[in-house]
Amino acid sequence: MRVSEALAKGSKVDVYHKKGISRLGRHQERMAYIFIAPAMLLFFIFVVYPIFKAVILSCTNYDIISRSEWVGLENYKRLLHDNLFFITLKNILYYVSMAVPTGIVISLGLAMILNRKKPGMKTFRAIYYIPMLTSGVAASVVWLWLLNPEYGLVNQLLRNIGIIGPTWLADSSTAMFAIVIVTLWQGVGGNMIIYLAGLQGIPGYLYESAVLDGANRWQSFWHITWPMLRPTTFFVSIILMIGAFQLFDQAYVMTEGGPANATKTVVYYIYETGFEELKMGYASAQAFVLFMIILAFSLVNIWINRESSMW
Amino acid sequence: MVLPFYWSLMTSIKYNEDIFTYPINWFPTRITFEHYISVFIIIPFARYFWNSSFMASMGVLANLFFGSLAGYAFAKLRFRGQNGLFKMLLASMMVPGVVVMIPAFLILKNFPLVGGNNIFGSGGRGFINTYWAVILPGAAGAFAVFLMRQFFLTLPNELGESARIEGCGEFRIFWDIYFPLVKPALAVLAIFTFQAGWNQFLWPIIVLNDPKMSTIQMGLQAFSYAHRADYGPMMAGSVVAILPMLVLFIYAQKYFLKGIAFSGIK
Repeated sequence: MRVSEALAKGSKVDVYHKKGISRLGRHQERMAYIFIAPAMLLFFIFVVYPIFKAVILSCTNYDIISRSEWVGLENYKRLLHDNLFFITLKNILYYVSMAVPTGIVISLGLAMILNRKKPGMKTFRAIYYIPMLTSGVAASVVWLWLLNPEYGLVNQLLRNIGIIGPTWLADSSTAMFAIVIVTLWQGVGGNMIIYLAGLQGIPGYLYESAVLDGANRWQSFWHITWPMLRPTTFFVSIILMIGAFQLFDQAYVMTEGGPANATKTVVYYIYETGFEELKMGYASAQAFVLFMIILAFSLVNIWINRESSMW
Repeated sequence: MVLPFYWSLMTSIKYNEDIFTYPINWFPTRITFEHYISVFIIIPFARYFWNSSFMASMGVLANLFFGSLAGYAFAKLRFRGQNGLFKMLLASMMVPGVVVMIPAFLILKNFPLVGGNNIFGSGGRGFINTYWAVILPGAAGAFAVFLMRQFFLTLPNELGESARIEGCGEFRIFWDIYFPLVKPALAVLAIFTFQAGWNQFLWPIIVLNDPKMSTIQMGLQAFSYAHRADYGPMMAGSVVAILPMLVLFIYAQKYFLKGIAFSGIK
């Protein structure tokens, strides 16, 4: 049918691509390719091509200085015997297991507390959000001072209530925990906002009828709020987890991976191997292993949420 | 929550003797700006400020323009390969950056005909150590295209259809009709892109090794590494590093919060 007829009928028919592509459709297509060209060009050069190049690199012993040689899976075999790599894996798993669940609980808790229409709520939400604006470096520098064992605010406040605080970043048993505190401080504000949006999507009548049926606060939460927030929690947990596995800035600035490699993260090790020792082939293999680990955890997360109503 | 900010601000304006005291000195009776002066003198902090500003702003301009152009095309135009390409874009957002880091560095270094490179890309430094090494990889991010496409999808097709019938060219339809309608999304995108560009650290330390090209975050880290116990200037540096984002936030608060909520819902 002709363009004018189709439009007159108000149909949403794609009048440009019926019966082969019309001249108008071809023109539109040409323009579309021009429109997406800059973004797609950059995408292919800096995302797609690098992914393939990374696979190839991980099977070589490229180190910038000498010629690249194909070594097959040797880098991966080396990783199996690389103690430092396993230490960094342990470190990051420790960090993820502490930071992600705690982050979810705190941001959800904050969102629930601040989900009222009282005056001043907006200010509180802004206050909790502000740490999100800081860079990893700036937050690390500020907390380096706060966590100073002698004069830092944290230990001074603890001293006021009679506790002798640990040496935080100088103690290998508390260093990673300190980093968890810093990243939680930075990050809960953002997830709180996401949870606030999720909470506001829960219809009020659900709570009303629950109260009529005699439910208490905990039951309302466990049977209404938590299940209705499944998609939000899924989103928050995936984003949090993928980010947590790639921790770098704080570990680099606050502790340089120490003390005694207690805070050396996988990405830190990859950076060191690839850009300080210039062993780019080996580092690419490390990066791929991390990628697979993140993928595995993400798939488990997806599988756990498979029955939720959002699919 | 904001106590760390208050405390670092206070430390940055206290005299050194007042910084290292027990008990806690909440309100200093005398203040000084010497730490701010020393942080700008000991390291070229002003230069770093400029570097970060330039790179972050260029990133914003590039993302805003190329991202909305591509997002518009995915949302409002029809072309072969549309769905496949968009799915690729989405999938790429799940790939951790660390995988792409090393190859991207090599691509920038061996870019033909740039920075002393011949046509095969060898001999020189390519884009390494230039602003472009930081700007180019993120210049039209998948996130920007995704965000703009979602927003363009909410706009009615009729606007473009009627313009097309009148004989209006495709770019004019985009630029004069649809682009002005997406200002809220552009504001959100601008803010997030600027924040990402201003705060980034790992990528700049990889591609920038000339101290003159360092970003403000690199300068702050270098300072804290070299002057571990100079907490006064360190805090002054961190205040200067955080201040632009704070100012931006106060000015455009609702866009920050809207943007985060939007990404959560979509």
